[in-house]
Amino acid sequence: MGLATRAVQQSRGAGRWARLWAKRTKYLVGAVCLAICIVMLLPLVMSVLASLKTTEDAAQVPPIYVPTTATFDSYERLWNFRDGLPKYLANSFGTALLTIALALGVTVPAGYALARFPVPGKELLFVFLLLALIIPYQALLTPLFLMFAKLGLTNSWIGLAIVHTTIQLPFSLYIMRNSFEAVPRELEEAAVVDGGNSWQVLTRIYLPTVVPALITVTLFAFITSWNEFLGALVMLNTDSSYTLPIVLAAARTVNVLGGTDWGMLQAGVTISIIPCVGFYLLLQKYYVSGLLSGAVK
Amino acid sequence: MYAAKRNKLIGLMYLAPALIFVSAFTAYPLLQMMWLSLNDWTLLTPPEFVGFDNFVKAFSDDQVWDSLGFTLKYTLFITPILMIGGYLLALLTATNSPLRRFTRAVVFVPVVIGLGASSLLWYWLFSARYGLVNQALVDLGAIEDPILWLGVDANISNWAVIISVVWKVLGFGMILFVAAIQAIPSEINEAVVVDGASYWQRVTRVTLPLTFRTVLLVTLVSIIGSLLAFDQFYIMTAGQPLNLTATSVFYVHLNSFPYLKLGYGAALSLILAVIILFFTVVQLVLTRRSET
Repeated sequence: MGLATRAVQQSRGAGRWARLWAKRTKYLVGAVCLAICIVMLLPLVMSVLASLKTTEDAAQVPPIYVPTTATFDSYERLWNFRDGLPKYLANSFGTALLTIALALGVTVPAGYALARFPVPGKELLFVFLLLALIIPYQALLTPLFLMFAKLGLTNSWIGLAIVHTTIQLPFSLYIMRNSFEAVPRELEEAAVVDGGNSWQVLTRIYLPTVVPALITVTLFAFITSWNEFLGALVMLNTDSSYTLPIVLAAARTVNVLGGTDWGMLQAGVTISIIPCVGFYLLLQKYYVSGLLSGAVK
Repeated sequence: MYAAKRNKLIGLMYLAPALIFVSAFTAYPLLQMMWLSLNDWTLLTPPEFVGFDNFVKAFSDDQVWDSLGFTLKYTLFITPILMIGGYLLALLTATNSPLRRFTRAVVFVPVVIGLGASSLLWYWLFSARYGLVNQALVDLGAIEDPILWLGVDANISNWAVIISVVWKVLGFGMILFVAAIQAIPSEINEAVVVDGASYWQRVTRVTLPLTFRTVLLVTLVSIIGSLLAFDQFYIMTAGQPLNLTATSVFYVHLNSFPYLKLGYGAALSLILAVIILFFTVVQLVLTRRSET
């Protein structure tokens, strides 16, 4: 056997090995992916299952994984917990909607101005508006609480929505300014020639072209407000004003027959997760692009 | 001339709501916090100016150091797990096959839910008697007696919280790393493959260096987030045992609200804000430099 043929055979053998190896890697990757998916989803699935357990099932020691019979009893107890779930859902949604309105109402015109008008000291004003970026809102809660107590805004949707808007403002402004800047100037010039004033240019030309940015700002304002905890804990101190996370945190130590009502607690977790996951499934692409421009810029 | 002046005014008009909002709800509270930190105030008596007494007091307050130490420990433990875990997941799922995309989407799901909700979920999972974590460990034969995860031993509590937060935010780093890895021009990868480099050589010599800036930025975001940890400890351990798992924000909150030591709380907030500021400045400098 000549040297050359041997070399060819060897390389052929190596090729086969490589192919086998590649196949093995492919299966391995598949298995690892599936395992990861299971580990990530399991806690959520378990929470939903726990919310469907009967009170007896939920209080079993040792605990059982899957309910023996499915029931909505836990949801019924949550429905009537303290001031009732409808009240807490209304508080959470109301605050979130106000946060969206405030975030858009403040950052859309500001982004427009920063992108399109020769405002004096523009750079400095922009940095000032991003002030919340360098000072964590957690540090500002005491003075905000004192101010709101004086204005009668504690225990109100609007007060908490202002706190949530403060958190979201730098991100929203950044997104709005950038997307206004990306709009071609020719569009605006055409409108100005047609005799439109700046407000008409904003509403007729700009807003329709920056819809993705509006969705991103809305999405993140909603998620932030819906999930925010510490600000709500500070600003709300009457049962009837609580948002969902606060009333659930209070429920974790509330005893039913000598123990925490685990079924009701997980019913609450399930309900607070539903809108977040729903919006995620609907608006996945905005989530990712929003995160990219927000965190890494 | 006239038009330019008019445009300036119109611009300022559009900017006005934002300027008023930030002045009223960020700048003014910031100044008020600075003033508060120089006063002794418990809401019951009028504020009394004490100069830097609150800061001096903070310096010799053991609980300040304990909470700061615990927060640093938590940050030090969780950050490498999040970065390495997130990066490995990104390497695994960066190519766009259906299964990998699906895995990416699934890992990201906990990121979108609230930290409060996820903490309540894990508060139950880690419950000693009713929780499924202990039950699963018993069923797997890993332990015989239930572990008292939360509120009894500070270290075990810390790890329980870390596990829950890793589950919750792992997808955040992953998604940003995936974007960075996908942004690497394919010619570079192909050139390295032709050179006969193995997969891990390619990762260490090409992928990691080319995504290093993203790794740094995500690390900073993660450090800042961990230094401000509150919800997860408030819900899962309530600071127990003996306030040993009370983070810095937790301690600030305790002083400001249940104890109503507003001046002292403000001083502690300010100290924390300065620590955070350091990391934020590094982050901003990094972002800026990359733009130019």
